[in-house]
Amino acid sequence: MQKRSLVKTLGLTFGAVLLTACASNSDVAEGDELKPLDAAQENAAESGASTETKGVNAQSIESQAVEAQAVAGEQVDAAANEAQAALMETTVFYFDFDNSTIKADSKNSLIAHSQYLAANSSARVVLEGHTDERGTVEYNLALGERRGLSVSRFLQANGVAANQIETVSFGEERPALMGHNEGSWSKNRRVEIKYQSR
Amino acid sequence: MKLMIRVLLFSLLAWQAKAELVIEITQGKQSAIPVAVVPFKWKGEGALPENVAQIVANDLGRSGYFNSLPQTEMLSLPNSEEEVFYRDWELLKQDYLVVGEIDNDGRGGYAVNFKLIDVNTRTALMNQKLTGGAAALRDIAHFMSDRIFSALTGLPGAFSTKLVYVTTNRDRTQFNLNYADADGAREQMIFSSKMPIISPSWSADGKKIAYASFENGRSEIFIQEIASGKREKIASFKGSNSAPAFSPDGKKMAMVLSRNGNPDVYVMDLATRKLKRVTKHYGIDTEPQWMPDGKSLIFTSGRIGNPQIYKVSLSDLKPKRITFEGDYNARARITPDGRKMVMVHRNKGDFHIATQNMKTGAVQILSSETQLDESPSVAPNGSMVVYAASMGDRSILAAVSLDGEVKFRLPSKFGDVREPAWSPLLK
Repeated sequence: MQKRSLVKTLGLTFGAVLLTACASNSDVAEGDELKPLDAAQENAAESGASTETKGVNAQSIESQAVEAQAVAGEQVDAAANEAQAALMETTVFYFDFDNSTIKADSKNSLIAHSQYLAANSSARVVLEGHTDERGTVEYNLALGERRGLSVSRFLQANGVAANQIETVSFGEERPALMGHNEGSWSKNRRVEIKYQSR
Repeated sequence: MKLMIRVLLFSLLAWQAKAELVIEITQGKQSAIPVAVVPFKWKGEGALPENVAQIVANDLGRSGYFNSLPQTEMLSLPNSEEEVFYRDWELLKQDYLVVGEIDNDGRGGYAVNFKLIDVNTRTALMNQKLTGGAAALRDIAHFMSDRIFSALTGLPGAFSTKLVYVTTNRDRTQFNLNYADADGAREQMIFSSKMPIISPSWSADGKKIAYASFENGRSEIFIQEIASGKREKIASFKGSNSAPAFSPDGKKMAMVLSRNGNPDVYVMDLATRKLKRVTKHYGIDTEPQWMPDGKSLIFTSGRIGNPQIYKVSLSDLKPKRITFEGDYNARARITPDGRKMVMVHRNKGDFHIATQNMKTGAVQILSSETQLDESPSVAPNGSMVVYAASMGDRSILAAVSLDGEVKFRLPSKFGDVREPAWSPLLK
C-alpha cells in the first residue's frame, strides 16, 4: 500500500514535472522564428496531445490505487480535488515590468486550471492581459496581449485545447488599482483568467 | 438652498459632457517678441459673445514666440492707427501692436478690421478685414492669430487647428472622445463608450479620425467622419486591432494586428481592404507612423528586449533601428519637415518627451516637470508638441515647444485627459 501510494505520488510528480518541462520548452520557443498562427496552434495541439497522454498515465496509476483500496482512494481523490480547487482559486497572475514571462509561483495554479480545462472540454476561458500605466498606450496594449499569449501557450502545453481559450488585451486601460506607485503597478501587471463556462 | 442644489446639479450634468480644459502657461520663451493686442472697439449693440483681442493675445502668448502685454498694463487703448500714441508703447517696450474694431457685417455675422503695427518703424504691416457668421467670432480670432503669427515668424500659424483627445472618469467606466479648438475651447464629445477608446489619429485632410475602440470587448479600428459623425469599422480581425495611422495621401492605413498571435505592423489599402504585412518578428511591433514621403514607416519594437524605434522602407521591409540612447523609446512622431522625431523616452528614470534629430541622432529631453509623459502629438506647423502627463493623481494634457523653451498645461477640471492628437492645418 505504502509502495503504491509512493508510486502514485511519484507518478503525479513526474507528470507535473513533465508538464512544467513542456511548458517551459514552449516559453523558450518564444525566441524562435515567428510561426504563423496556424502552425503555432498545430504545434500547441501536438504538445497538448503529448502532455494529455502523460496525464492519462498518471490517472491510470491512480485508478489502480483506487481498485486496491477503494475507501482510501476516494479520500485521496477528494483531497486532490480540494487541492485543485484551492489552486484554481487563484485567477490573477502577475508579471514583471515590460515582461511577459510567467513567474514560477504562478505555475502550480496554472497547471490546476489546465487540468480542469483539459478534463472539461466544454469549459471556456478568456485570458485578459493588462499592464501598469508606465510607458505608451499601444506598447502596453501589445504587452498585455503577449502576457495573455504566454498564459495561453502554457495552458495549451498542459493539455488545454486552443478553442477553449480566448485572449484579449486591455493594455493599461483597466488598472486593478489606481495608485501611481509600485504597490499599485505590481498588481496591475497581470493576466486574469475568466471562465465563460465551466 | 434650492438654488444651490440646482447649481450643483447643473454643474454635475455639465461635467459629464465637458472636461473643460483650462490653459496654464508654465514657462515662456526668453527671447519672445513683445506684442500688445489692444481690446477692439465694438460698434454694435449689446455684449459680444467673445473677447476677440483676448483670444488673439492668448494665442500669440501660448505659441512661445510672443509675450502678450496684459490689458491692465496698457497706458492707452487705441482702436485705429490714428489713435496710436507711439511713446506709450515705446515706454512699455512693445515691438508690435494690434488694433481694430468689430462691426455687424450686415448679414447677421461679424466683420473685424484690424491692423498690425510695427512700433519701431511706426508703420502698419497688415491691414485686414475678416468676416464670419454669428457663431464664428472665435474662428475669426484664431484666424487673425494665424495671420499675425505667420507675418512675424514666417511659419504657418496653427491656432485654427483642433485637438481630439480621450477623457475618462476615475473608475474607467466612461470614455469620451472629444473634439476641441487647439486652445481647449469649444469642446464637443464626438464618441462615447463604457469601454476604452485609444489612439485617435487624423487623416491628412483633417476630415476624418481613426481610433481603436473596445466597445465590442476587444480593440477594433474605426474611422469616423468629423462633420457627419458617420462611423465605419475598418479592422476587427481576431485578436487586437489598433494603432491606426492614415498615410499622407489618405489611401492607406498603417495598423497593428495580432491576428497571427503576436502584434505586428500591417498596411491596409483603404479602398480594397487588402493587407500587406510589414513586420514579422516574435517581439512586439507597434505604433507605426508614416514618414512624410509615404514610402517608409517608423515604429516601436521590443525585439531587443526593450522598446526602441525602427524605420522600415515599404519596398524592402527591412527594419533598421534608429534609437540608441535610453532604455525605453516609443510612440515616435515625425515633425512636418521630417527633421526631428518626437517620442516617449526613458533613460533609467522617468518617462519624458524627447526629440531626436533624424540626421545626427542627437536626443533632447523636452519635458521634465511632468511625470509618466506619453502620447506626444506634434502641431502641424512643427512649433509645439501636446502630450499626456500625470499631475498629482490625475492625467492631464501638457504642451511644450520643440525647443523645450515654452510649456503650458491644459488640465481638465474633472477626470483624466489622455491620448491627444493634433489636427493637420485645416482649410
